[in-house]
Amino acid sequence: MNPQVAVDGLMNGALIGLGAIGVTLTYSILGFANFAHGELITVGAYAAMAIAGGVATLVVGSDTGLGALSISPALILAAPLAMALTAGFALALDRLLFARLRSNSQSIAIVMASFGASMAIRAAIEFVFTSRPAYFTRELQIAKPVAFGLKATPNQIALLIVAGVLLVGVHLLLSRTQIGRAMRAVSENPALARAAGIDVDATIRFTWVLGGALASAAGVMLGLLVQIRPFMGFDLLLPLFAAAILGGIGSVPGAFFGALVIGLGEALTVQFAGAEWRAAVAFMVLIAVLLIRPSGMAGRAA
Amino acid sequence: MTSDLLGPIAYGSFFLVMALLNGVVCLGLNVQWGQTGLFNVGVAGFVAIGAYVSAILTTPPSDGHLGGFALPMFFGWLGAAVAAGGASAFVGGLTLRLRADYLAITTFGVAVVVQLVALNAQWLTGGAFGIAFIPRPFESLASTPVLYDLANLALVAAVVLALYIALERLARSPWGRVLRAIREDERAAMALGKSPTRYRLQAFALGGALMGLAGAMEAHFIGFIAPESYLSSLTFQVWAMLIVGGSGNNLGALLGAAVVWALWTVSGLVISDVVPASYEARAAALRLVAIGVLLATMIVLRPGGLIGERALVSRHVADAERNA
Amino acid sequence: MSGAPILSVERMVAGYEPGLPIVNGASIHAARGEIVALLGPNGAGKSTLIKAIAGLALLTSGEVRFDGRDLTQMPAHLRIREGLAFAPQTDNVFASMSVDDNLKLAAGFLPSAKRARRTAAMYDAFPDLARQRGLRAGRLSGGQRQMLAIARALLGEPKALMLDEPSAGLSPKFVEIVFAKLAEIRKSGVTIVLVEQNTRAALALADRAYVLVQGRNRHEGEARALRNDPTIAALYLGGVETEGAG
Repeated sequence: MNPQVAVDGLMNGALIGLGAIGVTLTYSILGFANFAHGELITVGAYAAMAIAGGVATLVVGSDTGLGALSISPALILAAPLAMALTAGFALALDRLLFARLRSNSQSIAIVMASFGASMAIRAAIEFVFTSRPAYFTRELQIAKPVAFGLKATPNQIALLIVAGVLLVGVHLLLSRTQIGRAMRAVSENPALARAAGIDVDATIRFTWVLGGALASAAGVMLGLLVQIRPFMGFDLLLPLFAAAILGGIGSVPGAFFGALVIGLGEALTVQFAGAEWRAAVAFMVLIAVLLIRPSGMAGRAA
Repeated sequence: MTSDLLGPIAYGSFFLVMALLNGVVCLGLNVQWGQTGLFNVGVAGFVAIGAYVSAILTTPPSDGHLGGFALPMFFGWLGAAVAAGGASAFVGGLTLRLRADYLAITTFGVAVVVQLVALNAQWLTGGAFGIAFIPRPFESLASTPVLYDLANLALVAAVVLALYIALERLARSPWGRVLRAIREDERAAMALGKSPTRYRLQAFALGGALMGLAGAMEAHFIGFIAPESYLSSLTFQVWAMLIVGGSGNNLGALLGAAVVWALWTVSGLVISDVVPASYEARAAALRLVAIGVLLATMIVLRPGGLIGERALVSRHVADAERNA
Repeated sequence: MSGAPILSVERMVAGYEPGLPIVNGASIHAARGEIVALLGPNGAGKSTLIKAIAGLALLTSGEVRFDGRDLTQMPAHLRIREGLAFAPQTDNVFASMSVDDNLKLAAGFLPSAKRARRTAAMYDAFPDLARQRGLRAGRLSGGQRQMLAIARALLGEPKALMLDEPSAGLSPKFVEIVFAKLAEIRKSGVTIVLVEQNTRAALALADRAYVLVQGRNRHEGEARALRNDPTIAALYLGGVETEGAG
């Protein structure tokens, strides 16, 4: 077995993990499986692409990669702006659609609405940008030796750093800050949170902002390392849900660990069965978790 | 397919057959959602299971895919219903006791995996090439499109009528009444000794079986299937049909299927005839935007749909509030 | 009664679903520094009444006034800022969070200068909790959990504390401990309103009590007098017939 599989698995896992952190947060705090989360990832990537493209036309030469990375100054400027834009988009989506359903209906209606919204958003992106794959850069990356005879591209190293920073950052936010405590409280018991003086609606809005921003970061890294296309987020949805459920809904480290498991599983599948079977890994992980321990590793009982 | 559409009668019957077949899928979805409140996000996958199982069972031997059983069409349809019903029972058994959206996520996964297998397990499904030469009902009439379409229309209409009557009677039967009781007040039903999970499982499996049957019927009507016929856009279409027509209502399911299928077909014609070729893909995307927005809007405004049914506020919500 | 009521509820109609009222026009008052008990058979609407005062049930008509302000339309999370605290019966602590996080969360609405001081004050008042501050609240015993729920509610120095069946699920020893704590709290001037199934313990602690049946006032009086009042037993027995699905 080619040990490079470990690197592939790690990188896969980190990509999925970036998205899974956002999913597990929004799932546990907003209380429903948001089928439109994939589209937040896609919107983030396209927003970054559009903004970076705009910057590149204004500032000539800003789209060449910095050093060994193929990340350009244009993209570095565009990424946080895209995160803000996606956060706003997520808020608007909630205002327009989900907030109206939170109060009166059965909770499954919100899931249905998210499903409809995901189709609309995905098709709208296809309408504007077409389904042709796009890229942040045309520069090719060469894998350099890293350690133990394993190789990784500079962009992949950047992915690990970004994923690590966000993972630690979100974990600290949740465990050490008041807003983090409020989010955990709302995810467990919104009525009690209200009794304790927490503005649940404001906490929900903040969750959408954070979820949108994290999804956007995932989209940018995915677009950087793979490609940008309208189905990019949607195709990641099953691995994202499976990772979040494996780790236990609401556990950020759990979701990332679940993502690494799936990432490694996919890399192994590519080695032994062929790349076309990758997507089946997430499904098998999901079935296994539901059979063995539906609440996941870190979770409370579902 | 389009080459056979000569004459308004032929075209009209073709249109009606497709509308009715979508209607069967809707009837199945109605059992799962309208009567039982379960959200199946992978409808296309269960339809595909039915189509492929029937195709594999009934086609002559072939190098391109698993086949050679050459069973009569009836057994193909039966196998399709059993396979799709069985897959639904598996998913239901796994997730019904868990939170409602785990069922949604798992059915979504089923659709993804079914698509994956259909596309890649070439020895089984013919891969991207699909399965052809599926035996068609009234094969002998195939040379006269008008007669072929009319005969098939009669067959499909008869099947749909039989299903409609059976489902309506089932809804009014003791089994159906328990299902309705479970939907309206789970605790009262449990107090009467009825296991909600068992009834929901049966309903979910029945709905899935109907979806598989519809897939098989369509496979035999067209004579050819391929993975690209069973994408998520099919699931969206069917949901739009059910929501527009009125969930909980069998007649509404059929009506919604006809209405949305009509809109879909007409918009498809407009796109191919009016829109310049280079913009066709984008126009098709716009069509999907419309469906998605329609779906979301109807859920917000009228969960009851066109032929409305009283939207039931779940007692679980009230109980959860009480225990807060 | 001494002074104007700090809490006054007038003709409240409330429930969880519109059109299905559980409280049917009940009224209660509590004077500053009083302990008032709400008694009655199951399904009487006592829980719903204080939940509605806290803003956690649907109030269709009636008025809630607290410390001179009309609270009726105020969002639930702002009521604690007015000095009205509430500890529900079940799920009254955040089981997935540590004891310390539960308290820190409750301190959130206070100005930052007061937060550490009030949290420390709670640890002083509840030394058992201080010993277990790192423990997940879900791992606490029933009695300690009730203490945490009370500490959480007291942290913001409320003027009034409402409790829903604080004795529920507790051993007699712990019921004594909790009620002793409540007596201690009253000494600091906090008004207490408690819903209770344990009539004996409630009447031993309270100054006054109301008896509600089917969402309406049926009886009220000084706790001393009610302790031996046969009307109460009759109301409870009569109320048994109204116990539906419970």
